Amino acid sequence: MRTSVPPRFEQPGILAFAAWLAVVAFFVVALSGTKASLGDLVSGAPQIVRLVGEMLPPSTARLGPVGWALLETFQMAFVGTVFGVLFSVPLAVLATRHLSPHPAVYHAARTAIAFFRTVPDLVWALLFVVSVGLGPFAGVLAIIVDKLGFCGRFFAEAMEEADRGPQEALSAIGARRSALVACAVLPAAMPSFVATSLFSLEKATRSSVVLGLVGAGGIGIELKVAMDLFSYDEAATIILAIFALVLVVERASAWLRGRMI
Amino acid sequence: MDAAPAQAAGPELEVAGVAKRFAATQVLHGVDFSVPAGQAVALIGANGAGKSTLLRCCLRLIEPDAGTIRLLGRDVRALDPAGLRALRAEIGFVFQKHNLVGRLSALSNVLHGAIGRAPFARAWFQSLAPRALREEAMECLHRVGLAAIAERRADRLSGGQSQRVAIARALMQRPRLMFADEPVASLDPAAGEEVMALFLDLIRRQGLTLLFTSHDLAHAIAFADRVIALRAGRIVLDAPAATLDVAQLRALYD
Repeated sequence: MRTSVPPRFEQPGILAFAAWLAVVAFFVVALSGTKASLGDLVSGAPQIVRLVGEMLPPSTARLGPVGWALLETFQMAFVGTVFGVLFSVPLAVLATRHLSPHPAVYHAARTAIAFFRTVPDLVWALLFVVSVGLGPFAGVLAIIVDKLGFCGRFFAEAMEEADRGPQEALSAIGARRSALVACAVLPAAMPSFVATSLFSLEKATRSSVVLGLVGAGGIGIELKVAMDLFSYDEAATIILAIFALVLVVERASAWLRGRMI
Repeated sequence: MDAAPAQAAGPELEVAGVAKRFAATQVLHGVDFSVPAGQAVALIGANGAGKSTLLRCCLRLIEPDAGTIRLLGRDVRALDPAGLRALRAEIGFVFQKHNLVGRLSALSNVLHGAIGRAPFARAWFQSLAPRALREEAMECLHRVGLAAIAERRADRLSGGQSQRVAIARALMQRPRLMFADEPVASLDPAAGEEVMALFLDLIRRQGLTLLFTSHDLAHAIAFADRVIALRAGRIVLDAPAATLDVAQLRALYD
């Protein structure tokens, strides 16, 4: 019978110890590489206070144009998300192991989704601004591609996790793959699809603000101009407007999620 | 495709030398038997004896490694995907865990039984189905006593109701042959008895051929014409149900 008390901590192996040491060393190097400095932060504090002071009170002079830009931002997010979600469904079917028509198609679809997801939406926006010109359409295209990467992955995972029982029952009836997907897989994965789609609308609303900075439409360009012209009180109005929009979209989507799932 | 071909002269189901191995386990060792039209056969045996695998091999839901399977006069292993789908459409299959689509209505689930013969997408959801199919699905629900809850979602049904909807879905296939894999094992004894009696009554009334697996030896004797027992992937008994008693069958599990 065992009587000795086990040690409080496991002795790390030599490899684990070396890995920890490397991580700590890299952190120290990174601190100096990023020129992180408490002194700069302290000496910059009055600047921040001055900036906030100049932002207050927020200016209401350009409320009209800001409102329209905000509407355009949400329109970009909404249209991009709707198309992105719609195109994601067939792509995700191809990227679902047991529903894909061929292993090569499965791997191609997974690779495409990974590529869409890993390239940031800002980069997609830059590419589309070059190809379709400045304006919200470039932003919509960037959001669509971003959603293909985001929804494509989560839709495929939801379909892989869907209960196989009804799928086996429909196969036993002689259903084709299309019927299997429509009748057994999609209904089972629907709650997850709804949650993912609403979450990606929230995400698209936030990112469509930034897309404007590279000329892909929306309120981002208004914010950039206000900052460049040192109109901090106008910038404050725009930031508050963005905050209100994101908050409203998040609240509405949480409410919808609760109702639909 | 709907018109039933003239009754084949041979048996409805003929299995010869069917074998299946999963990794290191040989689940079926060359199983042979045949079932004539209109007969109800119970397949019994301990867990892992190969009952469910055998049923699934018959429809190639699991691909057998060897042997021949003839269903309704067709060589199942020689069929191309379209031929296999057409054959499956004519054969009902009731699973232990009903396997209904939970988020769809009972009526839509029953309608799925027509998926193999209806035009594209017309049997996917009751809202898309033509009137004749909707009426036929309602008739199938009526036959299992559930016409009143046609619109209820399948995941809101009790276990017994779910299994009756699954039976209605199989009837919707207008099957000639019916498979059932422990159809009442997940129900309480009273509900199991009731569903089994209903199921067999419908089978007998339509003169269907039935092959079902069961752990309930009394059910096997009471509801089947013939009992086949499997042990470790081999047939160890094949006899008319009327000549058997529960004690005899119980001994096969030892």
